[in-house]
Amino acid sequence: MNISKSPWLLHYDGSSCNGCDIEVLACTTPVYDVERFGVINTGNPKHADIFLITGGINSQNREVVKQLYSQMPDPKVVVAVGICACDGGIFKDCYNILGGVDKVIPVDIYVPGCAAKPESIIDGVVKAVGLLDKKRAEMKANASVSHKED
Amino acid sequence: MSKRSIVPFGPHHPVLPEPIHLDLVLEDEKVVEAVPSIGFIHRGLEKLVEKKDFNEYVYVAERICGICSFMHGMGYCEAVEHVMGVEIPPRAKYLRTIWCEMSRLHSHLMWLGLLADAFGFESLFMQSWRMREKILDMFEASTGGRVIFSVNKIGGEMKDMDGDMLKGFLKILNEIEKELRELSKTFLDNKAVNSRLQGVGFLTKQQAHDLGTVGPFMRASGIDRDTRNMGYAAYSDIDFETITSNAGDSYARTEVRIKELFQSIDIIRQAVEKIPSGEIAVPVKGFPDGEYFMRVEQPRGEAVYYVKGNGTKFLDRVRVRTPTFANLPGMLETLKGSQLADVPILILTIDPCISCTER
Repeated sequence: MNISKSPWLLHYDGSSCNGCDIEVLACTTPVYDVERFGVINTGNPKHADIFLITGGINSQNREVVKQLYSQMPDPKVVVAVGICACDGGIFKDCYNILGGVDKVIPVDIYVPGCAAKPESIIDGVVKAVGLLDKKRAEMKANASVSHKED
Repeated sequence: MSKRSIVPFGPHHPVLPEPIHLDLVLEDEKVVEAVPSIGFIHRGLEKLVEKKDFNEYVYVAERICGICSFMHGMGYCEAVEHVMGVEIPPRAKYLRTIWCEMSRLHSHLMWLGLLADAFGFESLFMQSWRMREKILDMFEASTGGRVIFSVNKIGGEMKDMDGDMLKGFLKILNEIEKELRELSKTFLDNKAVNSRLQGVGFLTKQQAHDLGTVGPFMRASGIDRDTRNMGYAAYSDIDFETITSNAGDSYARTEVRIKELFQSIDIIRQAVEKIPSGEIAVPVKGFPDGEYFMRVEQPRGEAVYYVKGNGTKFLDRVRVRTPTFANLPGMLETLKGSQLADVPILILTIDPCISCTER
């Protein structure tokens, strides 16, 4: 596995029941411990590469999620953790749930489960690292093309 | 007079796993007033009773909050069982007690870790969460899930724990108790930790009573009240004393929770000793007709479940009053007059669970 850089995570609780949130935190603590690979859960969107979001979108947190996403520098990958973040899950029929995270921001990776297990969250993050490299390469290619045109 | 300024806190904040927004009105570094705004996780799941029948709703009730998932499911089931006049078998009652106390263990250990993280003691955070993983392993072995269990149903439990499994759990608990003694020394005797907790966020007994606080937050201010004494599940057969402290500061809240950890281990031991053999569920016929208030002592305090049935398979109303909601006025009171740097710790000492609060 070629990890060119240890990604930093930004975690935001959309409208989840906490189940997936504590599993995201459990990923960074002993037993699973992704911090040993340098994967750090940061609170600052400007430092983050991967956006882990749990829970569905409601009318009040829609703007918060959009804002956090826009503050993250490119390249960035969004991982929807848990079935609620994927499409609303058990709360799909609730009046205040608009649906999954992909209603407001583009989602790259979907991690299913209720609650998502740490193993599957880590799997999602590993996939996100690959995608991050790909996006970075694309950005570089685009930058050199536009450079030549100048 | 110094100039007043407003600092927004949240909804996304590194110390909070969940979103809550506070407008902190400051005079220099001192907080004069805190104005909360909540609703970032509101889903509206109480209204789901109109779409899911009363048996299916158990799964929704368990997802009110992923930390006290078992107790939410149990509280709802016990309320419906009271409405329908169902008496669950004694073994199911003991199973519920054991899982309840395991939930309390994992919740309090999680809180200790988050508290350590809030005052920047990273290794203490990791140690608490490492111990918590052992409890989660016990949950996974007995129920199949780590945080959401789905073992409750109306009329009893879906899964049983056999004798070998219970014996194994007691062994694990013995280890945890030993490690917990080491861990509690750091929380209670370490000078650096004490300087962040002692004398911070004071709440008097009168204030705790007037503001309607619940749980360890209330007991740390000297009020002797624990809903487990009402004897739901198998608590009436179990011998335990309510843990209180008179200090009323953040240190007292930590102390109460640490003592409750040892108490939970003791309750599980008693329950394993006394657990009778037999059925774990009774068949339930008919639909609920009537209403009932069920009170349950969660790790964060007293939760109230109101259920009203109309004789059909869909309930008329389910209402949940969660402990964090009751504790918010108390928290805002402790914030007044505190230093800005202490705000994260003060918010954490009520052990906030925003998912419960907003549902």
